[in-house]
Amino acid sequence: MLYREAGDFKTSYVADGQTFPIWFDRMRYYAVLAIAFGVIPFFVNDYYANAVLLPFLIYSIAAIGLNILVGYCGQVSLGTGAFMAVGAYAVYKLMTAFPEVNLFFHVLLAGGITAFVGVMFGLPSLRIKGFYLAVATLAAQFFLVWLFNRVPWFYNYSASGQISAPDRTVFGMLVSGPNAEAWAKYMFCLVFTVGVAFLARNLTRGMQGRQWMAIRDMDIAAEIIGVNPLRAKLMAFAVSSFFIGIAGALFFAVYLGAVEVGEVFGINKSFLVLFMIIIGGLGSIFGSFAGAAFLVLLPVLLKNVLVGGLGWPTDLAAHVEFMIVGLLIIVFLIAEPHGLAQLWRVAKEKLRLWPFPH
Amino acid sequence: MPETLLYAIEVMTNGLMAGVLYALVALGFVLIYKASGIFNYAQGVMALFSALTLVGIMDGQVPFAHLINAVFGTDLHHFGWTLPALLSIILTMGVMVLLAWAVQRFIFRHLVNQEPIILFMATIGLAYFMEGFGDMMWGSDIKKLDVGLPQGMNSWIDETTFNALGYGFFIDNLDIVAAVVATVLVGVLVAFSQYTKQGRAMRAVADDHQAALSVGISLNFIWIMVWSVAGFVALVAGVMWGAKSGVQFSLSLIALKALPVLMLGGFTSIPGAIVGGLIIGVGEKLFEFFVGPMIGGATENWFAYVLALIFLVFRPQGLFGEKIIERV
Repeated sequence: MLYREAGDFKTSYVADGQTFPIWFDRMRYYAVLAIAFGVIPFFVNDYYANAVLLPFLIYSIAAIGLNILVGYCGQVSLGTGAFMAVGAYAVYKLMTAFPEVNLFFHVLLAGGITAFVGVMFGLPSLRIKGFYLAVATLAAQFFLVWLFNRVPWFYNYSASGQISAPDRTVFGMLVSGPNAEAWAKYMFCLVFTVGVAFLARNLTRGMQGRQWMAIRDMDIAAEIIGVNPLRAKLMAFAVSSFFIGIAGALFFAVYLGAVEVGEVFGINKSFLVLFMIIIGGLGSIFGSFAGAAFLVLLPVLLKNVLVGGLGWPTDLAAHVEFMIVGLLIIVFLIAEPHGLAQLWRVAKEKLRLWPFPH
Repeated sequence: MPETLLYAIEVMTNGLMAGVLYALVALGFVLIYKASGIFNYAQGVMALFSALTLVGIMDGQVPFAHLINAVFGTDLHHFGWTLPALLSIILTMGVMVLLAWAVQRFIFRHLVNQEPIILFMATIGLAYFMEGFGDMMWGSDIKKLDVGLPQGMNSWIDETTFNALGYGFFIDNLDIVAAVVATVLVGVLVAFSQYTKQGRAMRAVADDHQAALSVGISLNFIWIMVWSVAGFVALVAGVMWGAKSGVQFSLSLIALKALPVLMLGGFTSIPGAIVGGLIIGVGEKLFEFFVGPMIGGATENWFAYVLALIFLVFRPQGLFGEKIIERV
């Protein structure tokens, strides 16, 4: 490894409370940010933005949101797709009702509305636990998708039942609608992704995050030491849904532009995001990014290799993808339940000690 | 009697029949859950897989034909024979036992002592794998399953009720067969678990793993057996649903129908699965009939879940489930 710390020499609270205590890690973090903000926008083209970068950024937000609920607070939810749909429809209604307001605030508001809906569906979590709760969140999934399909007010009485994003500008640049440029969309999503990651990271290492982890590890014991389970669980649902709502809003307004709810926000979306955090790592912000990157890149890679390289028909490639994803979930749960993030952590530890075994 | 009331009764009867089918799927869940504490999300996909395999064996399809053709550029599709239904069912059962062994050997042996929620997520992974595997093996087109079950309206009931009440009830023959089969299946399962050596061993394992181990019961064998039995139940459910609406991807979604049934009835209770199935079946049909037109229809997708959710808030262990006792 490029660096080795030789002991714990922190002399101030500021140094002790840093997110990245090691100088090298901190510089790497700034370097990644600099590249993401300062280099990629100048090189990004439509294909990379739409096939890789935008889905990666947006799914990262959703995965961070779900990770807070599942990984940190231990409440398994299968309703992610529906909560993304809430964000998408909220931002659509806001965009069409108040066209003069900046899209940025619409997206935040959509997150807030989703947080409210999330808390509503989180209320049963006080009574029911484990996979009873997981199944109960399916109620949200089916009910909300049905609601958006059947109540015409939500899609502004459009004939097709679809919603499509109107053109909106931020700082004079078009970010939604079919004519928006790739780099503008990318920057818009990137700002949200960085903001969400920053917020999530700091929430989870503070008091709130410790409360969540206490609830996750044993809720009765947590209650006895003074954690209010009502507040902690509902807070987890609210924060998680807020992020997922933002992801849904961006997914619709910036990435897809037009959405048919049952197709885009169905139960498969819920599973996809759940798989991202299982593969990436439960209870890790870095893991959310790693899992999102992995599951966004895998289909692209398979498509290029199997369809483009070997000339297989696309449906066969789709079956192979299903098999690989399922297999990976099982392998990760057996071999490394903490996912890619743990592999990364272990690799770092090993390299730090190398060449000594202990 | 007024027309609406008769119509409502007819809807209810059909709901009961649908409920029997839900209960059939839910049974598979309960069996595995009781014996191994695994909540098997893949049960629905197992039904789909067994139905696909059954059709494939009956029609003499070449397995993985699509893959082989793509890799070697051949043009295989059928062996060109048609097997009798009974033989195919037995062969399919063999495949399901093999599957049970593989699942136990390669997945759950490595996950012993993990938290239940981890096991649940593993079965979601298994569901995805089997979905891709089944489609790759047998192709993803919609297939017709015909094992000689009667189909269409039962004219005897129609005529009798018409003569007696002046209104003919529409009840599908297949639903009646399904109800009979489900009843027989439950009877067989109860007899199996009460009166045979293996059944008793199964109940012992469900009761207490370690105590069962200490009296010489092989957990491994029991788990393979339970998965096989669940595979058999999945096969029956697959045949019934497949005959009703064709063997296709949507068959795997019946698992999603069975989950609220389980929540309502309790995860650990066989009678619970049946009663829950009936309640959900009748409830969703009646709700769709009375309330559905007012709020836009297609309420069947979520009604069961919302009902189960509301129910769970008041009774978290379901109707017949064991009381959840928490210890610190």
